[in-house]
Amino acid sequence: MNIETIKTRLAGGEQDARAIVESALDAAEELNGTLGAFLQIDRAGALARLNNSDGRSDESLTRPLAAVPVAIKDNICVRGLQTSCGSAILGKYQPPYNATAIERLEAAGAIIIGKTNCDEFAMGSSNENSAFGPVRNPWDTGRVPGGSSGGSAAAVAARIVPVALGSDTGGSVRQPASLCGIVGVKPTYGRVSRYGLVAFGSSLDQIGIFATNTHDAALTLSVIAGRDARDATTTDVDVPDYVSELTGDLPRGARIGVARDLFGEGLDTDVRESVEAAIEVYRSLGAEVVDVELPHAKYAIAVYYIIATAEASSNLARFDGVRYGFRAEESRTLREMYQRTREEGFGAEVKRRIMLGTYVLSSGYYDAYYLKAQKVRALLKQDFSRAFERCDAIITPTSPTTAFLLGEKTDDPLAMYLNDIYTVTANLAGIPGLSVPCGLSATGSLPIGMQLLGPHWSEATLFRFAHAYEQAQPFTARPRVTAKE
Amino acid sequence: MPITESDIAKIAALAQLEITDEERRELTPQIASIVAYVEQLNELDTSGAEPALGGLTEAGERTDAAREDVPLPSLGQTLALDQAPDPAAGHFRVPKVL
Repeated sequence: MNIETIKTRLAGGEQDARAIVESALDAAEELNGTLGAFLQIDRAGALARLNNSDGRSDESLTRPLAAVPVAIKDNICVRGLQTSCGSAILGKYQPPYNATAIERLEAAGAIIIGKTNCDEFAMGSSNENSAFGPVRNPWDTGRVPGGSSGGSAAAVAARIVPVALGSDTGGSVRQPASLCGIVGVKPTYGRVSRYGLVAFGSSLDQIGIFATNTHDAALTLSVIAGRDARDATTTDVDVPDYVSELTGDLPRGARIGVARDLFGEGLDTDVRESVEAAIEVYRSLGAEVVDVELPHAKYAIAVYYIIATAEASSNLARFDGVRYGFRAEESRTLREMYQRTREEGFGAEVKRRIMLGTYVLSSGYYDAYYLKAQKVRALLKQDFSRAFERCDAIITPTSPTTAFLLGEKTDDPLAMYLNDIYTVTANLAGIPGLSVPCGLSATGSLPIGMQLLGPHWSEATLFRFAHAYEQAQPFTARPRVTAKE
Repeated sequence: MPITESDIAKIAALAQLEITDEERRELTPQIASIVAYVEQLNELDTSGAEPALGGLTEAGERTDAAREDVPLPSLGQTLALDQAPDPAAGHFRVPKVL
């Protein structure tokens, strides 16, 4: 069920707010054994919040997200619910405050129904790094949903909720959106407050949105975006009404950029053909297709795994067993307590990244790795600035492959990192990116996503481009595992 | 310079991780191969580039990040200790430091 359907049913009296939220809770509970998408389903709390928000009054039903059930990745703080980050070191930890994005969702009438599974501390591309078990892809439960926001992606793809929040540090919203056949948005750095999002790579992290269509993603971003005094990196750039930008067509003189170098080695034929077909759809909608060059994009994974791990090693130093979360037992000294807590509390991938980040920041290596990476990052930003002089948006695949099998890539960390080849560039440059379904694999069973990238603060343009495509090529396929609508 | 098991042990200590012998053996080639991969950046001449430290957007650089200097309620002792693994007498108790 999308937001428009909810509004129609509420307005027509076909369902009331309570029935809508209850049907989402029912679906979450019914499908969780199959998908593992939720770590906590909060029936009592959701219904209590619905009563508090007085879902029956006419006034409250006019709010933009009135009675819309929403799922939240378990690394975003919701007061009264757990925030485990998919990690044993936090477990059932309950934060004493709400993230700003949560406050804004609730003020707009949304009802949070639960917390979704994810890779531990958002580190992963398959959701197999969760301490609480993997999430399964609703299109094929033998396959991964992508990561790290796999639970949020699966919950939306299976039509349990119309909208979910995730976080995107290197592609963790866009890549699972692509693998699950839904829309995923990573806004410009500083567009959405990170207050209450558990930090991974602070110069890369951004809260993102999953939805079944562009309209719902645009509406939700209008609600959660904007300046927040509690996150100094948010800006005072105006938040437009993104929905009003969805005209169904492209602006006159629209230009779409294609970086041909990105369509080479490692890209599945199915994915390449689908994205190339989408480029032709844009041409038929009147866009001029221009070639652009991103000469430093091939270095993006290397840059990313230096910067993200360096920042993570610093951010995750706070998990020490002192103030909250898990503490290892029977340590004789403080240092032993720190080390045992972290050894027992963190999973393998998190330790690997903390180790790598500590290495690249360690004495004598800072210039060679971290500083070098920040310089290449500047060159990559320059590549994008030049490219956007020639076009309004750049189109790429979102992920080089469709959903892969559970266990297929877990033995080779580097191979797993290469899944993020198309998505990490946006985080490094701070630009917005959006993934939209654009086809199915040749066997017809798995979705393919295309990515649109734009200059800073160009979300409205990206939504308009994505929406125009959606109108021209509606994506009507549904996963095998879905809730009754 | 290749990364050795003793390097890994040293990094683990810096990162406050008590890794097992088995983890040390596993992590050594994994970290080494990732480091070898990221070293491809050395083929780029970056002598003319300024590092991308600080704001990523011009608007971010421009926005005044400071809030009004007004006192706001803090978390408070009860709530701050609410999730502590070993609270004692209004403090966080830890094993001995020395």
